[in-house]
Amino acid sequence: MGADFVTLSLTPLLIGTLAAIACALPGNFLVLRRQALIGDAISHVVLPGVVVAFLITGTVSTWPMLLGAAGAAVVAVVLIELIKRVGRIEPGAAMGVTFTSLFAAGVLLLEQSDTSGVHLDVEHALYGNLESLIWFSGEGWHSLLDPAALADLPPELFRMAAAALLISLLVVLFWRPLKISTFDEGFAGAVGIPTTLFSFGLVITAAVAAVAAFDAVGSIIVIAMFICPPAAARLMTNRLELQVLWSVAFAVLSAVLGYVLAGYGPLWLGGQIAVSAAGMIATVSGVILALACLFAPHRARIGAPKGS
Amino acid sequence: MLSAFVDALLLQAGYNAALVAIGAALLGIAAGSGGTFLFLRKRALVSDAVAHATLPGVGIAFMLMVALGGDGRNLPVLLLGSALSAGIGLLAVEWITTRTRLAEDTAIGAVLSVFFGFGIVLLTIIQTMASGYQAGLEGFLLGSTAGMLFADAVVIALGGAISVAFILVLRRPMTLVAFDPEFAAASGVNVRRMDLAMMGLVMAVTVIGLKLVGLILVVALLIIPPVTARLWTERTERVVLLSGLIGGFSGYVGAALSASAPHLPTGAIIVLVGFALFALSLLFAPVRGILAALIRRREFQLRVHRRQGLLALARNEAIFDGLTLSVLRREGLIRQDAVATEEGRAAAAKTLRDESRWAVARELYEDAAESARYDGLAPIESVLTRDAIAEIDRRLGPPAPAS
Repeated sequence: MGADFVTLSLTPLLIGTLAAIACALPGNFLVLRRQALIGDAISHVVLPGVVVAFLITGTVSTWPMLLGAAGAAVVAVVLIELIKRVGRIEPGAAMGVTFTSLFAAGVLLLEQSDTSGVHLDVEHALYGNLESLIWFSGEGWHSLLDPAALADLPPELFRMAAAALLISLLVVLFWRPLKISTFDEGFAGAVGIPTTLFSFGLVITAAVAAVAAFDAVGSIIVIAMFICPPAAARLMTNRLELQVLWSVAFAVLSAVLGYVLAGYGPLWLGGQIAVSAAGMIATVSGVILALACLFAPHRARIGAPKGS
Repeated sequence: MLSAFVDALLLQAGYNAALVAIGAALLGIAAGSGGTFLFLRKRALVSDAVAHATLPGVGIAFMLMVALGGDGRNLPVLLLGSALSAGIGLLAVEWITTRTRLAEDTAIGAVLSVFFGFGIVLLTIIQTMASGYQAGLEGFLLGSTAGMLFADAVVIALGGAISVAFILVLRRPMTLVAFDPEFAAASGVNVRRMDLAMMGLVMAVTVIGLKLVGLILVVALLIIPPVTARLWTERTERVVLLSGLIGGFSGYVGAALSASAPHLPTGAIIVLVGFALFALSLLFAPVRGILAALIRRREFQLRVHRRQGLLALARNEAIFDGLTLSVLRREGLIRQDAVATEEGRAAAAKTLRDESRWAVARELYEDAAESARYDGLAPIESVLTRDAIAEIDRRLGPPAPAS
């Protein structure tokens, strides 16, 4: 755990962990509201948004990309609602139509435009480049106190930290109305909570998390972290407060363990390679969920017939 | 470009392109009609989990073949591997939904992200494996028809044809189950077995579509055609048929389009052709379309204005609303100076009379369906029987003399 670790692994580890937390927090509410697949849909439509932003500005820079991705997320949500309401199509199918079509449009735009000079392709969108977020100036733990070296930290770190902080703040700030409207929308409406606003706000928050995380870590982690840690946490407890804490713990565990296994696991097995960190983090979160499904204290459905 | 497209449509753009187009059409038909059953069961997104769950199987099959000294790119073996892991993914979704308190959407999301993530881990291992095996397994993510082998195209066309035949044989019991599982069970259909067959079909279509459309977009073939067909008709058999046609058309035209110019990825184009059909249908479908909804709204508005205008005439109130005036003028119920014509006075008297009839009817049939149907717009004769109206008139007494 020396200088190499600080240069190569510290920032990816931090970014992965922050991304996991930022996605797991809104994920808790999405899972409880049976909107888990919104995260899936959003992370697919990020691609066309980013490509359109690139075509307009001609560069791969942060803010246009984030705006493009956020715009695409809003377009997707509006389109899903439109198909649901006007065509009277069930939500799952409406979602399926929307995100596959937008993703296909993104793929087509990407193929049609000349992106040979920049780092923009579908694989990048899917599994990011966590391993490449190296801190070049970080020459050891002492660099953490060196302002010049700190200024050279990858910008993704600050972006992800800001997103994680913002989302944590939102969850703490709106805890009560969010909790009430998640469990009993009718009651929430009756005591004057603007439930429509809250459910739209939740989707927007999820979109913010997805967009911020997408650039650094790709959409696999985003989808996995939206769903797996909160789902595993749901099986651990009946209290929402504890569930959120569990989900954060599971998210951090998946990110750290996944990153370490991807980077060092093959070496321990005698190989010379490293495997995709994003894929490994998703895999670890799946293993955690599988263990929770088998052994967690509150895994059974209450009132479900035994042995069915 | 255009002539190249026509060539491709007429299967003249080369042997390989023709095979791809036929394969895509068959796949589209199978996916469209097979997806209908999934859609009507409200489980459309299960296919997304199935599709993503194919990736680890592809990776493992490739590694096994290489380990056994083979080439690793044998399409049928890769597809067999993908089918196995898709099956495991499907079982995982079922298991999580039935054995734990987690809902189906959570199970779908968990399975798709975890299997896909694990598949990516395997792909990165394969990329660094024995050199020379640049397997092009990434092609399974988004599909690739460039440089497709003849044997691969035959596998796809054959698989599509078998799936279509399968649907033809099982369409009746499957329709029954999709439409009304309880009734199907009561009439002797094994619902569980039909569900399994449906899932098997979804798996088959997904696996066959992997090479052509890619695992991320193949679900679109299962979802978009049924949703499009559903906009046009309310009858299950017609949804199945229409959805198959739409799927086949998207596959065929999409494949031809992508063959006619460079940088048109087959999978994405097929999906976008399907989406274009969907968008047109959403605009113009007879009942569920946006245009139809707007027309209905306008008609409703005009009927409300007509009735309010006639009531105002009957009560000798002045009408100020421009739309109301123009509606009444157009039907010749009032003259240019807003004075009622003979016809208008008669219609107004009738409307007022019906209002009083409805007031009585609501008391008579307080809890009955008849009074629930009162919206003041339907002519009373179309809601109540002649006897009922006579009874109401008896209670009302003779109409008041025109003032």
